[in-house]
Amino acid sequence: MAGSIEVHGLVKRYGSLTAVNGINFEVPAGSVFSFLGPNGAGKTTTTEILEGLRQKTDGSVSVLGLDPWSQGAELHRRIGVIPQEFRFFDKITPREAIEYYRALFHTGADPKKILAQVELLDKIDSRYDTLSGGQKQKLGLALALTNDPEICFLDEPTTGLDPHARRAIWEVIRALKRDGRTVFLTTHYLEEAEILADRVAIIHQGNIIAAGTPQEIIREYGRPARMRVNGSPELADYLARKLGVQAAAEGGRIEIDLHRKEDALRVLFALDASGLPWDSFATEQDTLEDVFIRLVGRMDDGALKSGAAG
Amino acid sequence: MNLRHIGADFRIVSRTYLRNGAALFFSLIFPVILILLFGAIFSNSGSTAVGLEVLNEDHNSPVSSAFMNALNNTSIVKVSLVTDSSVTPSNFAAWLGQNGYAVGLVIPDGFGANFSEKRPTNLTLYENPEDPSAAGSATGAIQGVASYFNLAAAGGSPIVALGPTEKVGSQIYTYIDYLIPGLIGFTILTSPMFSMVDVTNSYRKEGIFRQLSLTPLTRAEWLTSRILWYVLLGFVTTAIMVGAGVGIFGAHVTLTLGLLPFLAVGPFLFVSLGMLAGSAAKTPESAAIIGNIITFPMMFLSGTFFPVSEFPAWLQPVAKVLPLYYVIDGMNQVMLFQNTGRALLDLLVILVIAIVFFLAAIRLFRWRDE
Ligand SMILES: Nc1ncnc2c1ncn2[C@@H]1O[C@H](COP(=O)(O)OP(=O)(O)OP(=O)(O)O)[C@@H](O)[C@H]1O
Ligand SMILES: [Mg+2]
Repeated sequence: MAGSIEVHGLVKRYGSLTAVNGINFEVPAGSVFSFLGPNGAGKTTTTEILEGLRQKTDGSVSVLGLDPWSQGAELHRRIGVIPQEFRFFDKITPREAIEYYRALFHTGADPKKILAQVELLDKIDSRYDTLSGGQKQKLGLALALTNDPEICFLDEPTTGLDPHARRAIWEVIRALKRDGRTVFLTTHYLEEAEILADRVAIIHQGNIIAAGTPQEIIREYGRPARMRVNGSPELADYLARKLGVQAAAEGGRIEIDLHRKEDALRVLFALDASGLPWDSFATEQDTLEDVFIRLVGRMDDGALKSGAAG
Repeated sequence: MNLRHIGADFRIVSRTYLRNGAALFFSLIFPVILILLFGAIFSNSGSTAVGLEVLNEDHNSPVSSAFMNALNNTSIVKVSLVTDSSVTPSNFAAWLGQNGYAVGLVIPDGFGANFSEKRPTNLTLYENPEDPSAAGSATGAIQGVASYFNLAAAGGSPIVALGPTEKVGSQIYTYIDYLIPGLIGFTILTSPMFSMVDVTNSYRKEGIFRQLSLTPLTRAEWLTSRILWYVLLGFVTTAIMVGAGVGIFGAHVTLTLGLLPFLAVGPFLFVSLGMLAGSAAKTPESAAIIGNIITFPMMFLSGTFFPVSEFPAWLQPVAKVLPLYYVIDGMNQVMLFQNTGRALLDLLVILVIAIVFFLAAIRLFRWRDE
């Protein structure tokens, strides 16, 4: 299926600063795509170019087959947006805000239903300037849903939300996907991307440094899976000799890399055969967050070294 | 332009406004304060006669009494006789100054006797150079009465005479009558200008315009709903000011349908101008400065507090390049003079300017960054 969003060689410069440096990606219709990266990496810049809020410097961008900058009016009818810094009229209530959007977009959206979906129903008649930061954010999401959008652009929708509210937003995103909508999500919560996203891309200083499904990225850039048991240094020595692997006990904990699935069985047999005491046995795998930190850390180190050399 | 969009945005504007206590207070109460203040300062219970202090040295003379009566009858001056016996012609000037009187007249001893014997007498007028209009009025009145006395003394009868005065229009106008159209113009100017300059700038800064750019609302619709709001506000403040002017000061104004086009086109013009000024500025500070530079000259030079015809000659052309002049002049024509032709011309002028400002505002204004 053709991509809902297609980006080729996208470049954005602010004066002498290159915020986005020739990136490529595609988002298939009906999927959740998560755009990750440290502060200042270029996420919001890219997102705003896709939304038609910013003009690109170079490259090509197509959203629902439209050019976001020149065909913004048509695009905006079909997308929902929650900007990173959502602001609204101070004296207007969530109910009135949704009625306003409903009239502008000519839809029949029901304020109560939408506000219930984002868990803001209790504040339906409170003025915007009396809402908390997280409640304002929820209103932003509610407005993004009012026009029944084909694509939702959510720039850090869960930043500043409590864990419960964050899970409510996750539910909204899952429901969007179930309805066949495309979701473009930026976030600093890596677990969120791992749970929700079909595909992710990691951007660093304007370049995409990794892309794929979360599992692909973990497999490619993560460390091998590990088995962890509690035991004595003697047990560690025994396992090292028996299995021919690195194994050291640190503070009573032994870690053994698992290069293949079968390795887990061999470790278990060796433990049993050792006759030494052990307990609390677990396997461990890198999360997207571990991979992200390593990848970005490596890029920053590389940048530092090349910076020092040059 | 989609009426449903304008209606929806109008509800947002009105709610924002009505829920903002300070904004509401200033747009509804401020005009009343202006009317009370200026009405109280200038109305002097409707009389515009200049106070004239007369030191009569020609005691118990019927001629000097008749002269003073004649002066009073001109209704240009209002004579008050100096009764303080310590005042003499030599300290009269100082006394006038100390008591803050603008003009004074000394009738010398022997005035009546001289008149009977057809001998000349010199009357001495004292004037305060800081109030030339009072001195001018007094001089005119005294010369007029003196000529009449001279003619009578010579035994002649007048050849050219002024018949009973016909008033302009159909009413007797006092300062408050002129003040009402001026103050209506003042509020039509200031309330949209100050708030539009501010709103345009802060909405851009807060990203509210970017938020709106993601909806089907157009800039023309956004501007139109604001214009409609200020037109409505203009109707309300006009009603309040006319009510206060008539009720408290007994002002004479005609509320005709002819006023409506001015109350509609005026806000149309100044809302557009406010948006133009606000979007030309890059920061809230410069927006405020640009707004003030545009607003202040118009506030005072367009005939708001004083008729432009009373300005010095060199200042009058300045007034006539200010759009507010035509709004106020037009309202004067329909509310006071029933001069439809001139009112239509004024209306045409402001309509053209308003359309130009409106188009310029929506063309120059950007929702989103380039
Ligand atoms: N309007 C602008 N003018 C100049 N530079 C800008 C502008 N907007 C962003 N930048 C710069 O472009 C780079 C990318 O910014 P961007 O907002 O896209 O980052 P981000 O990935 O969204 O970061 P964050 O996670 O903090 O939201 C940053 O270095 C930023 O300083
Ligand atoms: Mg960002």
